[in-house]
Amino acid sequence: MAIVVAALLNRRRLRGVSVYRTLFFLPVVTMPVAVAMVWRWLYNGEYGLINYVLSLVGIDGPHWIADPSTALYALAAVGVWTTLGYNLVIFLAGMQAIPREYYEAAAIDGAGPVAQFREVTLPLLSPSIFFVSVISVIGSLQLFDLVYVIGGSGQSARNNPAYPRIQTVVALFYDKAFYTNDRGYAAAIVMALLLLIVVLTAVQFRLQKRWVHYG
Amino acid sequence: MGRRHAGTHAVLAIGAALMVIPFAWEFLTSVKTLSSATKVPPRLVPDWRWSNYGRVFELLPFGDQFLNTVLMTLGRTAGQLLFCSMAAYAFARLRFPGRNLIFGVFLSVLMVPPPLFIIPQYEIMAKLGWLNSLQALIVPGLFSAFGVFLLRQFFLGLPKELDEAARLDGASPLRIYWSVMLPLAKPGLLALAILTILWSWNDLFWPLVVNTDPEKMTLSAGLAALQGQFQTDYPVLMAGSLLASLPVIAIFVVMQRHFIEGITLSGNKG
Repeated sequence: MAIVVAALLNRRRLRGVSVYRTLFFLPVVTMPVAVAMVWRWLYNGEYGLINYVLSLVGIDGPHWIADPSTALYALAAVGVWTTLGYNLVIFLAGMQAIPREYYEAAAIDGAGPVAQFREVTLPLLSPSIFFVSVISVIGSLQLFDLVYVIGGSGQSARNNPAYPRIQTVVALFYDKAFYTNDRGYAAAIVMALLLLIVVLTAVQFRLQKRWVHYG
Repeated sequence: MGRRHAGTHAVLAIGAALMVIPFAWEFLTSVKTLSSATKVPPRLVPDWRWSNYGRVFELLPFGDQFLNTVLMTLGRTAGQLLFCSMAAYAFARLRFPGRNLIFGVFLSVLMVPPPLFIIPQYEIMAKLGWLNSLQALIVPGLFSAFGVFLLRQFFLGLPKELDEAARLDGASPLRIYWSVMLPLAKPGLLALAILTILWSWNDLFWPLVVNTDPEKMTLSAGLAALQGQFQTDYPVLMAGSLLASLPVIAIFVVMQRHFIEGITLSGNKG
């Protein structure tokens, strides 16, 4: 998604690029606790704006974050919303480094905008895509703030039927270390997290040889 | 060409609306009464109930928490700029035994997820008797391997001739660091400052854990606590979250070019 938006922003002579960039970047700089509170309200089953908009087109929306079957997707959507602007800026910087001549050459060879995007932009952008994918995996594995506010903690988390669907590793760590005071277990959790990050990052680095092109 | 751009603008405008609507709704809700916020269908026009903002100050020691957050952010940023630039200068320019080995250890710390340090750091704070204090918020954030790495890369990109010339003129390493390198490294320092401000102001986990007295909390922890108590008073919660996130949003809007450059700089080198 961020790549598509970046590609649109990268069009030549497009006006207002900086305004769009600012608006997309706004969620990145906003305090995650505040972001989570706003989304909790938007997702509210009875009074939330989202379900109201859905009801206009005749859909009876679920309780999103309070419903175990939708909670995870609802949380992921907020995650995308908050990181889109960051990824966008990285992709945009990568795209602006691609020489115009490549596109002109592709156009002479008869490539339309979609073919140019697939054959020129994507391969040359692959180092940025690789960076964003490594950062996103590491970031998602350490997600905490959104879960803490949206899902609750301590007793309120235990009362929330959807909580087991959205509990992250770091949220579990918080619960063990500072709610049930089981520090040994908590320390084991973060060591496992470290291992997981090292393994996943190593796999990504191994796989990058197949698809990342360094100019 | 013009028509194609119209389509582009349409897609971008929808995307931008999706980014902005939550903020707009946050604001509109914050100036409604609870009963009007929970009307179905929702009312677009609020009743301009500004007293919700006053309620935030009644329910939370908001002034204290604001001050704590400001001091934590300033303290951490000052520390990061000073200590990281000193270490980065040493790694980039000075020769000493074991330099590469020590730098390798620094790099490996970058890989470690921050939650791993929470328990040991918490125990240290507890032993020092620093729980519920300002220094507990600031001191562990004074220095970071990331900042050292960022600035070292920046120093390596500066021409060596300048500090060699200064050395021939008899300047000490400390003087070269202070009078030659630091002024040249302003863009790098600015990037680190911005990232530290953003990270400190929005930090939740560490402040939540070390400072549990309401008067000693930061805004993010205070806000989370407010939500824990007043789960459904959405107008007041929206007012609080807007107040807490506004300062950094304001800094971003004023300095957005530096923000975005700083973040791409760290992205391309990290």
